[in-house]
Amino acid sequence: MSYAGGDSGPATAWRNGSPVYDREGTVCVIGAGPSGLTAMKNLREEGFGVDCYERETGVGGAWNWRHDRSPVYASTHLISSKPFTQFPDFPMPDDWPDYPKHTQVLAYLDHYADHFGLRPHIWFGSEVVRVEPAENDRWDVTTRSTGGYGTERTHRYDAVIVANGHNWSPKLPEFEGLDTFKGEVIHASAYKDAAQLRNRKVLVIGAGNTGCDIAVEAAQQAAKCWHSSRRGYWYAPKFALGRPADQVNDLMLHLKLPLKLRQFIGQKTMKSTVGDLTRFGLPAPDHKLYETHPIANSQLVYYLGHGDITPVPDVKLFHRNSVELKDGQEIEPDLVVMATGYQPVFEFLDPNLLAVDANGRPRLALHAFPKRFPTLAVAGLLQPDSGLFPLVHWQTVAFARLLKLRDSAPGKAASLYRKLESEVDKSWTDAKVKDSSRHWFEISHLTYLKALERLIQEARP
Amino acid sequence: MTVSVVRTKEWAFPVPPAKREVVKATPEVDTGKPPVLFVPGFGHGAWVFTEHWLEHTADRGFPAYAMSLRGHGNSAPAPKADMRAYAHDVAQVAASLPSRAVIVGHGAGALATAHALSRYPAKACVLLAPVFGGIGTALRNPFLCLPALFGAGLRLPAGQLFSREVPQNTARAYARRMGRASGKAQRQLLWGRDPEDPVGDPPILVVGSPDDRIVADNAVRRVARRYGGAPLLFPGMGHDLMLDARWREPIDAILDWLDKAN
Ligand SMILES: Cc1cc2nc3c(=O)[nH]c(=O)nc-3n(C[C@H](O)[C@H](O)[C@H](O)COP(=O)(O)OP(=O)(O)OC[C@H]3O[C@@H](n4cnc5c(N)ncnc54)[C@H](O)[C@@H]3O)c2cc1C
Ligand SMILES: NC(=O)c1ccc[n+]([C@@H]2O[C@H](COP(=O)([O-])OP(=O)(O)OC[C@H]3O[C@@H](n4cnc5c(N)ncnc54)[C@H](OP(=O)(O)O)[C@@H]3O)[C@@H](O)[C@H]2O)c1
Repeated sequence: MSYAGGDSGPATAWRNGSPVYDREGTVCVIGAGPSGLTAMKNLREEGFGVDCYERETGVGGAWNWRHDRSPVYASTHLISSKPFTQFPDFPMPDDWPDYPKHTQVLAYLDHYADHFGLRPHIWFGSEVVRVEPAENDRWDVTTRSTGGYGTERTHRYDAVIVANGHNWSPKLPEFEGLDTFKGEVIHASAYKDAAQLRNRKVLVIGAGNTGCDIAVEAAQQAAKCWHSSRRGYWYAPKFALGRPADQVNDLMLHLKLPLKLRQFIGQKTMKSTVGDLTRFGLPAPDHKLYETHPIANSQLVYYLGHGDITPVPDVKLFHRNSVELKDGQEIEPDLVVMATGYQPVFEFLDPNLLAVDANGRPRLALHAFPKRFPTLAVAGLLQPDSGLFPLVHWQTVAFARLLKLRDSAPGKAASLYRKLESEVDKSWTDAKVKDSSRHWFEISHLTYLKALERLIQEARP
Repeated sequence: MTVSVVRTKEWAFPVPPAKREVVKATPEVDTGKPPVLFVPGFGHGAWVFTEHWLEHTADRGFPAYAMSLRGHGNSAPAPKADMRAYAHDVAQVAASLPSRAVIVGHGAGALATAHALSRYPAKACVLLAPVFGGIGTALRNPFLCLPALFGAGLRLPAGQLFSREVPQNTARAYARRMGRASGKAQRQLLWGRDPEDPVGDPPILVVGSPDDRIVADNAVRRVARRYGGAPLLFPGMGHDLMLDARWREPIDAILDWLDKAN
């Protein structure tokens, strides 16, 4: 494979004794998942050249189950229905189901890449290992073949958009005695297929969407399923009032119902359909609806009601052959699945660039724009109460427009950046969400989109 | 008008799916030219393009597609469709093609296309004898349009659609094949929303005829002005340029324009 155009010519600069090849007029995109793909398309539409580096051999990121870091399992279906999942300018086929399967999402992303001619701009099998500031707000991006083979090469770009995903590096809790436990312990990212559960006694820890999906599969396949959660949640069904539940939610938003009323209607609807879950032994939610990342799962309650899932409280510690729970109960699973979520990792960036705090949390305006570095952005670092793709689409449109504005109206661009910087600690959720690292990037889609819409309008030349 | 980012109503009420007719003509060799999608107007089906234009476009190296809006041609019946459903049909077919499509919309199909342009970044777009509605259209053809307001079919007699150069029995045979759009969509021609701005900034060409008896000359100019240009006019032709005796001239001009734009 030949490398990105720049290094055919002579090096134009040097960094630590190595050549740097100039890619003037070009923006570097890191990752060819949904976020990277839409970044490329939108940057190209605004007239920029793009080089995208992708460590895997295909597009689709998390949705490409062939990728070794893909978190999807064989049964994964979307939790956001089609209107919220598709890119706003590239509809999914309308004869697909309301909640397509992961293979369909990948087919959609593959088609997106072909339709917009993105593949020729992607350098597959190349991993970004360093991104460092260069003069004039430009960036030196160093890459090498995935897995550390071959030599490193450095190219200089006008801007960089980081789209490396945040659902691949397991967040692994520490439990006392975990290392002495004799059973098998895996993180949900290593869960691929229901066959892994068959005839096992399974403990699933965590009740995010992953934990709930796996608990349901365990109910269907395993000999026994305990589901441990450290708080009560609102388990929303995927369909309500004869339509995908998220569409009902947006009807309320369309009618401009205030948050309190939406919470009231939502909770009433859940109480009258899903019912009171404490009778199955689940704790009552310790918060109002919309104060934790939404769970969409119609089957969990069904299996609770059939006794195929045993809800249990938080884990206290691990013994050699058993697990002790906070309520003193001891259970004996032979497989423990930690569905405890993922953490963001930017191994190629100096943490200061994204103002990453001691806990590993970056501080970015709109969860996308770092302070002081107008030509750097992170795309897709969001945990929305809807689908992600439309949000990233508009994020990257905004970034492309801002970059253009820097050329055409530098003064105006500077004042927009200043305004953005003042919003670094602003939250974009309607309700005050529970304090948990899983909510670092939580946003309410409508509130967030309105902010992006405003930014895009303001970035008009 | 700009492009809306917040679309809660559209999200809460997605357009229901429909079986759509799509006819395809492929060039003999792949020339790398973009696909061209033809969108017929109200009452018309894909067949108006398969008569002459589709093959001709493929012969000139463009993969060519003609579709029928829901409720038209061989697409599934859709008596309740509205303008949004038609625009949705256009965007659905365009997005299904192998690469970014050029969309050529005719008559009221040009309005559906203009709406679709805010939901799909077309490679380029041609608005042919565009019926963008508004009261102007009604006044030019009061006898044609007023009944439509009350739900009757928008009738398109042969004399209104073709120039005299089309042999009478051919013209009559064409007119017999015409269907009708839904009552709701017809009313929306008069009172519907203005299309939002196109996304992806596609080059847009407006084509018409000063002798079109459905769309007034100044209405065509107004559409062209909205998209920042002057119309390309073919005097002596009727509203259905693609079926007229001199059908070759406009399509060649369009394809020349596309060749140049690329
Ligand atoms: C089980 C599960 C279900 C989900 N369901 C939904 C849903 O229903 N709806 C929804 O909207 N979202 C859902 N999500 C969220 C999902 O993460 C997003 O939809 C989406 O995949 C995020 O896209 P991305 O491009 O930001 O990141 P990713 O999809 O993770 O893609 C990142 C890409 O960057 C590449 N990369 C990373 N580091 C480097 C590097 N250093 N150099 C080069 N390349 C690199 C990776 O190989 C990868 O291809 C789900 C997530 C999970 C885990
Ligand atoms: N079908 C789908 O489309 C689908 C499926 C799976 C995931 N997803 C998406 O993928 C993303 C990741 O979801 P996820 O479920 O993997 O992760 P998540 O949303 O972060 O959920 C993690 C769960 O583990 C719990 N947890 C975390 N640390 C813990 C600890 N130390 N001890 C005990 N419990 C702990 C959390 O509890 P707290 O609430 O108390 O923090 C939470 O219940 C989300 O955006 C989700 O919507 C979608």
